[in-house]
Amino acid sequence: MISDLNLTILFASVIAGAAPVVLAAIGETITEKAGIINLSLDGTILLSAMTAFAVAFETDSLMLGFGAAGIVGACVAGIVALFSIYLGQSQVAVGFVLTLMCRDLAYFLGNPYSRLQGPQASPLPLPFLKEIPFFGSVFCNHNLPVYLSLVLIFISWMYIYRTSYGLKLRSVGENPAASYVRGINPRKIQLAYTLCGGFLVGISGAVFSLAIKPGWGRPQGCEGVGWIALALVIFGGWHPVRAAAGAYFFSFLQVIGIYGQSWLPSVPAQVFQVAPFPLMIFTLALMHLAQKETVLSWTEEKAWIRTLIRMFSGTAPQSLGKPYQTD
Amino acid sequence: MQLNKSLQSGFTLLLNGVLTLIVMFCFTTLILLVAGAPPLAAYYHIFKGSLGSWITFGHVIKTWIPLTLCSAGLIYTFRIGLWNIGVEGQIMMGAVFSTALLRWGADWNQPFGVIGLAFAAGIAGGAIWAIIAGFLKTKGGVNEIFAGLGLNFVAQGFILWLIFGPWRRPGVASMSGTEPFPYQLWLSTWPGLRIAPAGLALAIGAVLLTALILKYTRVGLNLKAIGNNAQAARLFGLNPQRNMILAMLLAGGLAGLAGNIQVTGVYHRLLPAISSNYGYLALMVVMLSNYNIWAAPLVALFFACLNVGSIQLPMVLRLDSSLSGVIQGSLVLATLAVQAWRVKRNK
Repeated sequence: MISDLNLTILFASVIAGAAPVVLAAIGETITEKAGIINLSLDGTILLSAMTAFAVAFETDSLMLGFGAAGIVGACVAGIVALFSIYLGQSQVAVGFVLTLMCRDLAYFLGNPYSRLQGPQASPLPLPFLKEIPFFGSVFCNHNLPVYLSLVLIFISWMYIYRTSYGLKLRSVGENPAASYVRGINPRKIQLAYTLCGGFLVGISGAVFSLAIKPGWGRPQGCEGVGWIALALVIFGGWHPVRAAAGAYFFSFLQVIGIYGQSWLPSVPAQVFQVAPFPLMIFTLALMHLAQKETVLSWTEEKAWIRTLIRMFSGTAPQSLGKPYQTD
Repeated sequence: MQLNKSLQSGFTLLLNGVLTLIVMFCFTTLILLVAGAPPLAAYYHIFKGSLGSWITFGHVIKTWIPLTLCSAGLIYTFRIGLWNIGVEGQIMMGAVFSTALLRWGADWNQPFGVIGLAFAAGIAGGAIWAIIAGFLKTKGGVNEIFAGLGLNFVAQGFILWLIFGPWRRPGVASMSGTEPFPYQLWLSTWPGLRIAPAGLALAIGAVLLTALILKYTRVGLNLKAIGNNAQAARLFGLNPQRNMILAMLLAGGLAGLAGNIQVTGVYHRLLPAISSNYGYLALMVVMLSNYNIWAAPLVALFFACLNVGSIQLPMVLRLDSSLSGVIQGSLVLATLAVQAWRVKRNK
C-alpha cells in the first residue's frame, strides 16, 4: 500500500489542493492587516463557490464565473465593513451571522444547480518549465488558479512589506488615529482592503467549484475551509507567507487522509475527512502555546526550537477589531 | 413623567421592531424572487407547516426545547464576554455521553435510574467539552472561537467514528445512526406528539433558573461586572478566569442537557447530525434577543417555527429548506442595522 505513494503526485496534489486555502488566507490577512476581522469566510466561500458555478454554467465562461465570485466575496466583506466601520457594530457578531446566512443562501439559491455537469478549469502545463524533473511536475503542471495562488504569496508579501501602499495599510491597522494625523483616511483604507480581501476570498470559492471540487451540491465539500483560513491568519502571525505555509500543511493533512483510508481500512472513511480540521486547529493552538513565557525560557539553550518558534510568531495589528471612530 | 418616558421607549421599541421586520421581509422576498419562487406561497407554507396543526406545533416545541436550553446557557457566556461557538460540540458530547450510559445500562432493568444517570452523563459531557475550551482560553490564550470550533470538529469526528466503528449497527453501519435503544429507555412522550414533558419542563426550568441566577445571585453580578470591564473587576477582587470557567461550565452543561434530550426524547439513538445546528442557531437567538433571558425563549419559538415550517418547502415548492436560515440571518442583521441607525440618529 505504501508503495503506491508517489512523492511527485503527493506534492503536486498538495499544491493544487492548497490553492483556494492560500487565496482565502491571504485575502483575510490583508483584511486583518487593515484592522478589520471578516469572520464570514466559511459562508462567503460557499456562496461565491455557488455563484461561480451558476454563472459559469449559464454563460459557459469561466472568467465570468471567477469574476462574479470575486464580486460576491467583496459584497459580503462590504457588509462587514459597513456594519463595523460606519455603524459601529461588533465585527465578530456580524461576521458570524453572515457565515450562517451566506451558507444557507448558497444552498437555497444553488438548489437548481445541484449535481450538474458544468465547465471547469482545464490543466495548463507551463511549456519548458514542466520538463524540469520533479520541480516541473510538482509546480508547473496545474491550472491557472493554482499558479495564481503561488504568485499571490509573493505579490502580497511584496505589497504589504515593500511598498508605500503596504505601509499605509499596516499603519491603519496598527494606529488609525496616527495615520489620520498623517493625512490618511483610515475608514476609506479599511473599506478598500476589506473589499479587496473579500474579493480574494470569493475567488477562493470559485477555485473550489470550478477547479478543485468541480460542481455544486449540498454539501459542496468546501465546508469548514473558511474557518481553517481564519485560524491560519491568526496563527500565521498575520504574515501572508506563513499563512500560506499553514495552508500547504493543511492540504498535506487532507491528502494524507486520502492515503490513510487505504492504510487503515478499519477506520471509517468519514473520520479521515473530518480529521484534518481538528488536527490543523490544534497544531496551530500548540504553536500558539509555544510562544508563552514559560516555554520560551525553557527553550533558552535549544537554538533550533527557538528559531522554529520565532518563525511562526507574530503579533496582531494593534487596532484589530476596533473600528476607528472620529470624535 | 415616568409613564410618559416608558411609553416613549416602548413606542421606539415597537417602531424598531416594525422597521426590522420590513427590512427582513424585503430582503427575503427579493431572494425568493431571484430563486423564481412565489414569495407569498413560501411564507404561507412556512406558517402552515409550523402553526398549521397540533402535530406540526409539536415539532416546533420539539425544536424549541434544545434551542432554549442552549440559549439559556449562552446567556452566561455572553454576559462575561465569551463567544462560546463550541456550543455545537457541547450538544454532541452531551448526546455521546448519554448514549454511552444508555447502552451500558440497557440491561439493568432499572429504566428510571438509567435515564436519570443518562441526564447526569449528558450534562457532564457538555460541561467537560466546554471546560476544555475554557481552559484553552484562560490558560493557553487560545481564542475561544477557534478552540470551540476545533472541538466541534473533534466531536463530529468522534460521533462518526462511534457510529461507523464500535457502536455500528450489526450488519450495516450507516448515516442513520446507532441501533435504537429499547423502548423502556425512551423518555415518555405525550400520546400523538413527540414531545417529552420532562424536556419541556427542563427547558422552562433552565430559563427560570438562569433568570434567577443572573438577577439575584452574586454569580450573576460577577459575570456582568467582568463582562463589562474585566480590568476593574480584577481590581475589585474578582477572578475573571475562574468566572469564565464557571460560565463555560453552565453553558456546556445546558448544551449537554439539550444533547441528552435529543437522544433520549427525540431520536432514541445517536445520529451524525444529532446537534442539528441548534448550537449555532442558539447563538443567533441570543443575539437577536439582545442577550435578554426573557426574550430568548420567544425568539427561540419563532426560530423553531421557521425551521419546522421550512421542512415543507422542498416537497411543496421544490425549494431548499435552508430558506429558514436566510430569514433568521437577515432578521439578526436587520436588527443590528436598525439599532445602530437609531443610536446614530439620537446622537
